[in-house]
This record gives sequence, C-alpha cells and structure tokens, in this order.
Amino acid sequence: MTIDIANATVQAWRRENGRVGVRNHVAILPVDDISNAACEAVANNVKGTMALPHAYGRLQFGEDLELHFRTMIGTGANPNCAAVIVIGIEPEWTQVIVDGIAATGKPVAGFSIEQKGDFETIRQASWKAKEFVHWATELQKEECPASDLWISTKCGESDTTTGLSSCPAVGNLYDKMLPHGIYGCFGETSEITGAEHICEKRAANPEAGAKFMKIFKAYQDDVIEQFKTSDLSDSQPTKGNILGGLTTIEEKAMGNLEKIGRTSTYIDALGPAEVPEKGAGLYFMDTSSAAAECVTLMAAAGYVIHTFPTGQGNVIGNPIVPVIKISGNPRTLRTMSEHVDVDVTGVLRREMTIDQAGDALIDMTIRTANGRLTAAEALGHREFVMTKLYRSA
Amino acid sequence: MSEPHLLVHDKADNVGVVVVENLTAGTEMLCVVTEDNSDFKLVTKADIPIGHKVALSDLAVGDTVMKYGEDIGKMVGTAEKGGHVHTHNCKTKRW
Repeated sequence: MTIDIANATVQAWRRENGRVGVRNHVAILPVDDISNAACEAVANNVKGTMALPHAYGRLQFGEDLELHFRTMIGTGANPNCAAVIVIGIEPEWTQVIVDGIAATGKPVAGFSIEQKGDFETIRQASWKAKEFVHWATELQKEECPASDLWISTKCGESDTTTGLSSCPAVGNLYDKMLPHGIYGCFGETSEITGAEHICEKRAANPEAGAKFMKIFKAYQDDVIEQFKTSDLSDSQPTKGNILGGLTTIEEKAMGNLEKIGRTSTYIDALGPAEVPEKGAGLYFMDTSSAAAECVTLMAAAGYVIHTFPTGQGNVIGNPIVPVIKISGNPRTLRTMSEHVDVDVTGVLRREMTIDQAGDALIDMTIRTANGRLTAAEALGHREFVMTKLYRSA
Repeated sequence: MSEPHLLVHDKADNVGVVVVENLTAGTEMLCVVTEDNSDFKLVTKADIPIGHKVALSDLAVGDTVMKYGEDIGKMVGTAEKGGHVHTHNCKTKRW
C-alpha cells in the first residue's frame, strides 16, 4: 500500500477561519472549577453538546493566568469545535474567553452565574446550546486536502517496543506528510533529557534550536532542581516504563525522539498551548510528559488529530481531539487490544517495515479524519487536564 | 526470516531488546540488528521478560551502555553476555 499524500483528501468541516476540523463538537466550556456543575447540567439538557469540566480557573495570576486563558480560548477555537458555550462565575473573565474564541468567527456565547444562580444560568445557556446544536448538525462536510490537517504526537506508558516500532511509525508519518504542508507538534520537555543535544540538532534553524535549549534548561533549573527530593529515577522513567524494560531517562528520550522521524526538522519552539505562527511544518512545544496535560495543550494550540504510541498500554483520550493509539507490544495487544487503533507488532516479528507501519498510521489518520471513532472515543476517554504553573493567589 | 527473539537498534550497541514473551534461560536467540537486518545467535543466561534488555557482551561496573548507537547510561553492577540489563545493574548518568 502506498498512499498518494499529495492528492489525498478527507471529508471534514471547513471552519469560518479556513481551518479544517475533523469533529463537530458543541462544547460547553467552564471558565473555572465552580462552573463545572452548570456546564454539565447544560450538556445533560441538550444532547449533542459536551461539557469540558476541569479543576482550575480561580485566583490564578501572571503567566499562569495567561496560560489558563490561552488553553481555554484555544480549546474553544479548535476547529473540531463548531460552536461554544462559555460559563463562568463572573462576567469579566468569561468575556475574555468568549472574545478570544469569537475571533475565529465561530458562534460563541458566554453566561455568568453571579446574581443569577445555577438554575437561571442553565436555563439561558441551554436555550443557546440547543440553537447551536441545530445549527452545527446541519453543517456539511466537504472535501479537504489531507495536507490541511494539524497532527500532534506524544507517547505514553512507553517501553522498549515504542522506540522500536510505534514511535518510528509516527516519525515515518511526519517524514512523509510534513513535506506536503501539514502542521506537526511534539513536546514532553522532561522526556528529552539525555537526548537534548540530538533534539537541538533537529532544529530547522539555529533560532529554533536555541529556543528549544532555553526551554529545556529552564525546566531542568527552575522545576527539577528546585523541587526534586531524589534523583528522579523514581519518576522518569515511570514505574510502567520500567516494567516494560526501560531503564534510564536517556534510553526513554532516544525512543521518544523516534517520533520525529529521520528527516523532519522543527521550525520553532512554542510555549505551552501557543498557536504556531511560522507556517506549515513541525513544532516543538514545551509540555509536561503527562499524557492528558500534553494532549490538552496541543489541542489548545489548534491540532485536530493526535497520534499516540504506547508500549505498556496508556488508555488516554481527549474530549475534542481524536487520539489514535499505536502499539507494537504483542503482550499489550493480547491483554488490552480494545485501546489500540493501529497494531504494529509485525515490526517486532520483522514482518512489517517501519515504512509499512507509517503507511498503516497514515491510513488510520485519514480514516479518523473522515469520522471513524478512535478506540479512546468509543471507550469514552475524555481527559481534559489544564496545566498549572504555580499555586494560585 | 524466522521471528527474532531479540532486536538490536545499532551495530554500536552492547544491549538488545527481547521481543517475545516467556523467554527462558538457555534459549539460543535469533538476534537481528534493525539498522542493517544482519543477524547473529546468542544464548540467554536468565529468564528475561519481553521488552527488557540483554547484554551482548560481558559488561563491568562503570561501562557505558550503548543503545540506538548512543550512550543511555552506565553499569552500576555487572552483567555477563546473555544476561539481564535493567535497573538492578544499570543507571542514568544524569541523576
């Protein structure tokens, strides 16, 4: 099977700002933790909507508040959302998020709870949500080039098989699709430890490499050195990684970097949830290596499909972005295949080449863009996890 | 080619990865180097789980462990050729 990527198309939604979405969600987005209940009530009232409850949003300040707004606005602005209801405890921060999402041109409405209570807020927001659902469900898919897709990656519960099979499969997808104009994204700042010199060299220009190294060193100095109580061998690699045979962070990092392939280079290094602005190509993003936090940040930057290699069997999903799982570990396929979309165990048996594994992943990516639910979507995995930089005021 | 028991990323590596379940001590493994598809045989000295590493030569304390053709840590214990290399005898140089 050889896929003609230059001419490949997907049936998807072209949004008001020209971006391509592969899902058509009407999201009910809480500004803060105490608005989760109202959002969930609206989602219960109006079928075809989805609440995105999360843990934060009160008394955050500075860079942490900017990241909160960026993540909220980016989630609503993601092309996989057709329309968005925003509910917060008070009107001002609610409006900041409404205005940010409205810049995409999509329908968005904000509601605040103070001086109204949950009942009245839920009543008003439910009417608007129902209007949005009727509107969104009549939007027609259209034929869009596969090269318009924004595809992110992050691996989880890695083991030695991810470095041999599923991570190189993602790398092969990037090597084949990036030249045709897709946007790519990899991250996991702490998990590049031991291979940072290799990652620095994979920058497309010296500025991007220097920016990556600055982000990498800042995490080592400001977070690890400040807060560590041991040498981190208990956390990186994780206990699951170690069960799977990974021994050191350097070994894990080498497997991790297999995800950017052989020829791909990154054109910029982004802050968490930062929207790429240097055109089509691959980007590094400063993220946690924890799966749900990382995928949430990449979705907030505008990525519409996520590729997720796993060895030992990470079960993560995301509410608005389909997460495609790829595994090459035969034990994981034997014990928990309901979580795996692309089986690349043939690579370990030498029955499948990395080139073929990459094609299998590209094929599944296009099928997913056309509407096939991923394993994580079918199983209801909707992990939406905000990244918090420091304690609230 | 029959199914390999062990895969090695790079010719410069001194460890390989077990890719079959229930591998027992004394098995003569078919080992394949993924870089160039060359192969060789090696006898295991222990029962080694899938995904775990096997020493391709005798490794002493202080030796650098090579995988992907890169330095992935140091030996803090010994491993004989065909023996198990993991957290009990190998550690990061970073932390």
